[in-house]
Amino acid sequence: MVTLTVNGIAQSVDADGDTPLLWVLRDHLKLTGTKYGCGMALCGACTVHIDGVAVRSCVLPLKSLEGKAVTTIEGLSRDRSHAAQRAWIELDVPQCGYCQSGQIMAAASLLQSNPSPSDADIDAALAGNICRCGTYSRIRKAIHRAAELLRGNISP
Amino acid sequence: MGGGLVLATALPAFRSGPRAAQVSSSQLNAWLRIGTDDSISILVDRSEMGQGVYTALPALIAEELEVDLSRVRIAAAPVGDAYVNALNGGQVTGTSNSVTEAWEKLRKAGAQARMMLIAAAAQRWRIDPSVCRADNGKVIGTQGRTASYGQLADAAARLPVPKDVALKDAKDFRLIGKSLPRLDTAGKVDGSAEFGLDVQLPGMLYAAIAMSPTVGGKATSVDSTAALALPGVRRVLHTASGVVVVAEHFWQAKKARDALRIDWEAGPNSALDNAAMWSLLNKAAAANPGASALSSDDVAAALKGGNAAEALKKAAKTFSAVYELPLVAHVTMEPMNCTADVKADHCDVYVGTQVQQLTQTAAATAAGLKPDRVSVHTTLLGGGFGRRLEVDFVPAAVEASKAVGAPVKLIWTREDDMTHDLYRPPAREQVTAGLDEKGKLIAWALHITSPSITSRFDPSNKDPFDSVIEYVQNFPYAVPNFDLKYTRQEIGIDVGYLRSVSHSPNCFAVESSIDELAAAVSKDPLQFRLELLAGKPRHTQVLQLIAERSKWGNPIQGRHQGIAFMEGYTACIAQVAEISIQDGRLKVHRITCVIDCGQTVNPRIVESQLESGIVYGLSAALWGDITLRGGRVRQTNFNDYRVLRLNELPELDIHIIPGSGAPAGIGETGVPPVAPAVCNAIFAATGRRLRSLPISAHKFV
Repeated sequence: MVTLTVNGIAQSVDADGDTPLLWVLRDHLKLTGTKYGCGMALCGACTVHIDGVAVRSCVLPLKSLEGKAVTTIEGLSRDRSHAAQRAWIELDVPQCGYCQSGQIMAAASLLQSNPSPSDADIDAALAGNICRCGTYSRIRKAIHRAAELLRGNISP
Repeated sequence: MGGGLVLATALPAFRSGPRAAQVSSSQLNAWLRIGTDDSISILVDRSEMGQGVYTALPALIAEELEVDLSRVRIAAAPVGDAYVNALNGGQVTGTSNSVTEAWEKLRKAGAQARMMLIAAAAQRWRIDPSVCRADNGKVIGTQGRTASYGQLADAAARLPVPKDVALKDAKDFRLIGKSLPRLDTAGKVDGSAEFGLDVQLPGMLYAAIAMSPTVGGKATSVDSTAALALPGVRRVLHTASGVVVVAEHFWQAKKARDALRIDWEAGPNSALDNAAMWSLLNKAAAANPGASALSSDDVAAALKGGNAAEALKKAAKTFSAVYELPLVAHVTMEPMNCTADVKADHCDVYVGTQVQQLTQTAAATAAGLKPDRVSVHTTLLGGGFGRRLEVDFVPAAVEASKAVGAPVKLIWTREDDMTHDLYRPPAREQVTAGLDEKGKLIAWALHITSPSITSRFDPSNKDPFDSVIEYVQNFPYAVPNFDLKYTRQEIGIDVGYLRSVSHSPNCFAVESSIDELAAAVSKDPLQFRLELLAGKPRHTQVLQLIAERSKWGNPIQGRHQGIAFMEGYTACIAQVAEISIQDGRLKVHRITCVIDCGQTVNPRIVESQLESGIVYGLSAALWGDITLRGGRVRQTNFNDYRVLRLNELPELDIHIIPGSGAPAGIGETGVPPVAPAVCNAIFAATGRRLRSLPISAHKFV
C-alpha cells in the first residue's frame, strides 16, 4: 500500500510496487486523461507533475511515490481555466488530441519555471513530447499565448 | 426518447444523457435529433481522428438548419446503412473524402429538416410556409409569431420529407468557410475526451497479447505456469491473433504476458529481410519489364497516350531512374486497443476505428454471433492514418471477453504496435523518359513494382490499379507519349493503407523525375513545371503563388530550395522546401505550401491538416524505414523509429487559395509533396540526387 496525493486528494493504492504511476492513475484511480504512448519515457504522452515538475509517469514505479503530490491533466484546473488550457482552446491546438494532455502538462511546467519562454526554451522543454498529428506550430504559439495570459495581457 | 418519425432504417437511439429522462427528442433524419429543450444533437458518421469531421460535418447540417454550431452536441454514429460513405462503398473514414462525400448529402439533410420545421410551424399557425423563415433555431412567422425548433420537432418529424430542396448559395453561408472553433477541443484539453484506451466498464478486466515475433509465425507451445502464478492474472488463452493474458489490471496482464514461455514456429517469413524483399521486387520488375498488365483496363486505356516505347527510341536524350520507397509504419500515438463485452446473445465493442462495419463483422465472427448482434461504439481515435482501417486487434479482445465472461480491454504495447503494423508497402518505381533535341519532354513512362494492399483488404475488388497508381492517374504534365505499368509482387508480409497511400511513393517518383529532367535540360525546376502545365490555369496559379510566397529563386543565403507539385484528392498542391546542409547535416528550415482545395468548410482546420500532413510526410521522408531481419521487424519504439519532434519543426507557411465548388480532400493531401520537395532541395544544395528514402539512409540526418 502506497499513499500519495493525486490532484489534492490523498489516495492509498494497493498495487504491485513496480506498477508505473501511469497505470495506477489510469486503471486504479480511473484518471484516464494521462495517456500511454511508449512505456519508455520517449514520447511524453504520460506527462504529469510531481511536486510541480513535469515527469513521465510511465516509468515511475508506485513504490517510489510514497508521500508525493501528483497533478494530472484532470487536476490542472477545475474548469479548463489554466492559462495553457485557455490558450490551447483559443488556438484550437488539438487534432486527434491523444498527446495533448502530456503536451499541456509539459507546457504548464515550463510556464511555472519560466513565465516568458523563448522558442528555444519551448524547444528544450517540449522536445520530449511527440505529436503525430503535427500540432507543433500551434503548440508553440499556444505556449507564447499562455505566457501572455499569465502576464495579464488577455486581449485576443 | 420521445416520439417522432424515424426516417432512416434501423437507427439505434442516441446515447441517453443524464437529462434524457426529462427531455424527449425527435429524430428528423439519420443524423439529426432535436430535443424539447431545443438541444440539437448530430450523429457524425465519420470517425474523428484529428482531421476535424466532428466539426466540419455538423457545420454542413447546421448551415442549412439555421442553428449556431456552438449549440450542437455531437455523438458517433453506430453501424447503419444510412451511414455508408458512397465514395468508399462502406462505412469507412478514409481516402480524405468525408467532407467531399457529405457536401451535398448533409446540407440537404439540414435543409430538409429546416423545411419540415417550417412546415410544422405553418400548420400550427395556419399560414403558408412560404411566409415563414428559419433563423437561429426558431421559425419566425407572420405577426411576430415564433416557435423554437424544440417546440416544433415532434410535429416536424411526422411530416413527409421534402424531396426537392434548394441549397444556399455560397455567398449566403454563415458557417461554411468560417474558421469556427472545433467542437471536440474542450475535452481534449482537460483529459475528458474518451479514446478507445479510456473506455471504462463495470467489472472490466484488462488484457495483453503475445504475438509472433516473426511476421506470420505461430505459437506451437505455451507454458503459462509462471504467468498464471502472478497476482491478478485470471486467464491465459490462445487466440487466432496470439496468446492473450487477462488480468485485473493492465500492468499485471503485461507482466504476465512477458512471463509466458512460448515456442514460436517462425512460419514462412523466417528468411525475410530487406535484401530478400528488394531482390523479390527487382526480379519481378526485370521479369516483367514491359508487360502491359494493365493495358486491357479502362484506366490504362485512358491513361495511355501515344507510344512511349517508340518515342523513347527517337528521343534525343533519354532518362532512366529507379526510385525505391521503404516500408513505413503508421505509428498512431494511441497504440491499437479494443474493449469488448460479450454476452450470450450480444456483443458491445468500444473501439477507435475507421471501419465500423468491418469491426462489426470481425467481432461477430470472433463472438460466434450474427453481425446484427454486435454494437460498435466508436470512440475518438488517437490517430488513424489508415492503421485503424484494419481490425486485426479486434478479435482477440472479443475472444478474451467471451472466455472470461466479463468486459475486457485489450491493449497493445507500443512494441506490439510497431512490430505488428500493416506497413506502407515498399515500391520500386522505374521512370523512363525522353526529351527531343529542343529539350521538350516527349515521353514519360512509369513502371511500379509493389505489393497490393487492396487485393488483401478487399478481395472482391478486381481492379489491379486500385490504390497503386494514385497521383500518376492524374499525371498533370503535358507529354505526348505516356505509359504506366504495374507489376504486383508480394513480399510475404501484409501491407496496408498509410496516410496518402500510393500518392506518396508515386509523387516521389514523379516529382523527383521531373526535377531530374529539368536539370538535364538546365531549366529552373519551377519554370520547367510551368511549361509542362501550360493551359492549366488552376495548376499554374498554384505554382505561380508558391513561387511568390516561397521567394523561389531567392532563398536566404546558405539555403537551397526544392519544389514538388501534386494533383490529388481533387486538390492541386505545391510545396517548396528550404534547406541548408552544414558539415553534411541537413536542416529543413521552412516548408511553404500552396493549395487549391475548392470550397473550404473550415479554413483553420484545413490549415491544421496541411501542417499535419507536412509533419507526417517529413517524419517519413527523414526517417521512415521499417526493416526486417529473419522475418522480424527490427524497430520497436520511438528510440529506433524516429519521428519529428517540436524542436525539429521547420517554419510552416500555408496558403489556401480561396476556391469554389465541392471541397477537396485535405487529410492526406499535405503528405506526398514533402519528400520530393526536400530531396529536390538537397539536389539543389549538393548536386546529389536521392533516389531512395529515407533521407537518413544517405547520412544527411
